[in-house]
Amino acid sequence: MSSTTLEPRTERSGAAVRPPKKRRPPVLPWTLLLPSLVVLGVLVGYPIVRLVVMSFQKYERAQLMGQPAEWVGFDNYAQVLTDVDGFWTVLLRSFLFMVVCVALTMLIGTLVALLMMRLGKGFRLLVSIGLLLAWAMPALAGTVVWGWIFDSDYGVVNNLLTKITGENWLGHAWLINPLLFFTVATIIIVWGAVPFVAFTMYAGLTQIPGEVLEAAQLDGAGPVKRFRLIMVPYVRSIITVLVVLSIIWDLRVFTQIYALQDIGGIREQTNTIGVYIYQMGMAQGHYGLAGAISVIFVFIMLAISFYYVRQTVREEEL
Amino acid sequence: MSTISTTPVAAVRHASPSAAKPAVRKSRETRRKKAANIVYAILAIVVFVGSAFPVYWMINTSFLPANLIRGSELHYFPTPETFTLRNYESAILSEDRAAFLPALGNSLAVTLFTLLVAMLLGFLASLAVTRFRFKGRRAFILAILVVQMIPGEAMMISIFRIIDGWQLLNTIIGLGIVYVSGVLPFTIWTLRGFVNGVPAELEEAAMIDGCSRGKAFWKITFPLLAPGLVATGVFAFIQAWNEFVMALIIMSRPDSMTLPVWLRTFLQATQATNWGAVMAGAVLIAIPVVIFFLIVQGRMTGGLVSGAVKG
Repeated sequence: MSSTTLEPRTERSGAAVRPPKKRRPPVLPWTLLLPSLVVLGVLVGYPIVRLVVMSFQKYERAQLMGQPAEWVGFDNYAQVLTDVDGFWTVLLRSFLFMVVCVALTMLIGTLVALLMMRLGKGFRLLVSIGLLLAWAMPALAGTVVWGWIFDSDYGVVNNLLTKITGENWLGHAWLINPLLFFTVATIIIVWGAVPFVAFTMYAGLTQIPGEVLEAAQLDGAGPVKRFRLIMVPYVRSIITVLVVLSIIWDLRVFTQIYALQDIGGIREQTNTIGVYIYQMGMAQGHYGLAGAISVIFVFIMLAISFYYVRQTVREEEL
Repeated sequence: MSTISTTPVAAVRHASPSAAKPAVRKSRETRRKKAANIVYAILAIVVFVGSAFPVYWMINTSFLPANLIRGSELHYFPTPETFTLRNYESAILSEDRAAFLPALGNSLAVTLFTLLVAMLLGFLASLAVTRFRFKGRRAFILAILVVQMIPGEAMMISIFRIIDGWQLLNTIIGLGIVYVSGVLPFTIWTLRGFVNGVPAELEEAAMIDGCSRGKAFWKITFPLLAPGLVATGVFAFIQAWNEFVMALIIMSRPDSMTLPVWLRTFLQATQATNWGAVMAGAVLIAIPVVIFFLIVQGRMTGGLVSGAVKG
């Protein structure tokens, strides 16, 4: 099948009486691919090469201005990987944040999906509308709105807390304390990510044949058992893909953290890996070091997505 | 929906195990079902409020005058007396370091550029990988998949340097080509799915009836692809419209900002005190996205689910 013909793929043998084809180079498909290949080669491939090269060079502001860059071998990597207070702290922080976000997103998303299965049409529509609104909000606009909700002086949260607890919460700055900063960040991320998980899980769960669930119920399986023994195995591959995608998205989070820092966080104590690369490279001008961190980051992401890619290749029968 | 009777926590207490007369059991069953439904309804409202509140609060605040926003009482609804468009005025007419209208123009230009180029290139490439078998096809599709896993956050340093080297910083083309390269893999991947959904036999039938290959494609396959093209285009639009990181580093000059960068700058310029105007800005940015998103939302999850359920 890998012979290079210009025929449509669903060729039926013997259906047509054509003269036997010589193997021709596949001009047409490659012509169709060429523009995309050029764009991706120049703006993805080339930057990767430049990134790797830069990570082996001493590259600071002066080099950006035109001074020749000096090769330093693995110096940048050595410096990054021995930087416990910088790189390792940021990496650990990013992973912890990711784990909490992914766990909460999956838990709440699944519960919402199960709820949607039990709801009547009207309430299901209501839930769907709410989820769609949260899902559609642009990340930056959403973060800014949450920043306003948690505003120290006039935000809803402090106002309501003051009314409910009777204590004075006005002026309480949520974002100054790193732990509370990440609590707010977690709320923002989970709020934005639950809709996708809930809708996907719901779509998957509704495809489980009703007879199977009914049979299980007749056999005396309670709701928890039905979920654990029937539903989960059915949607296992969906769950795995959702978890992997969530890990990838939450690990590379940038906009929400960066904007929250703008609104009132302390950058040094709240950087995640993406924001750290920005600070290191764009803000402070240590391009070589930022390059080394970026290369490490790319490897981490590719390693994590390996499963997803393999799964997709298998399912799509490429 | 709940034909299968369930025993949620709230209803469990009422369900004594004593087997009574069928009639009694039946009424107990209905009562239990009713209680369950009430619990589900409450949970549904909680989910709705939790999801929609920030969106609502953004809109609500954007119509409130500054003195009420900064008052000690919360105003949950805009009333005819308090309703004001002042916030929109100050957002749209914002000057100084952050002007809204030029940013809107930049965003529209770069989004349209991305949309047109990515759709055209993606469409051609998706045809190549679906309607032809050739050496390197599988490798190309795999590359498309892997490229999507490379975080843009890691690439920003070298992309900045490359765009800088080409003297394309602060230009629509500069940001546009970066966006095209970012959106293209996803576009090809999605369009590939849609083209695969149109059987090639249809084209062949038309060719047997005397159509040329190109004409058969144009007359038969293309119209069937239209919904897929629209959906994919909307996704490309949303991604380019929302993108923040690359815009932040490539469009740093005040007159070349896109809307997300404008919102961030506007927030800083107002020192996070003029929340009404900032919310108005957020509304203006979110409106087109929400509208387009609602149009195509049904296609978002479909791809992931189809064929992913065992059984």
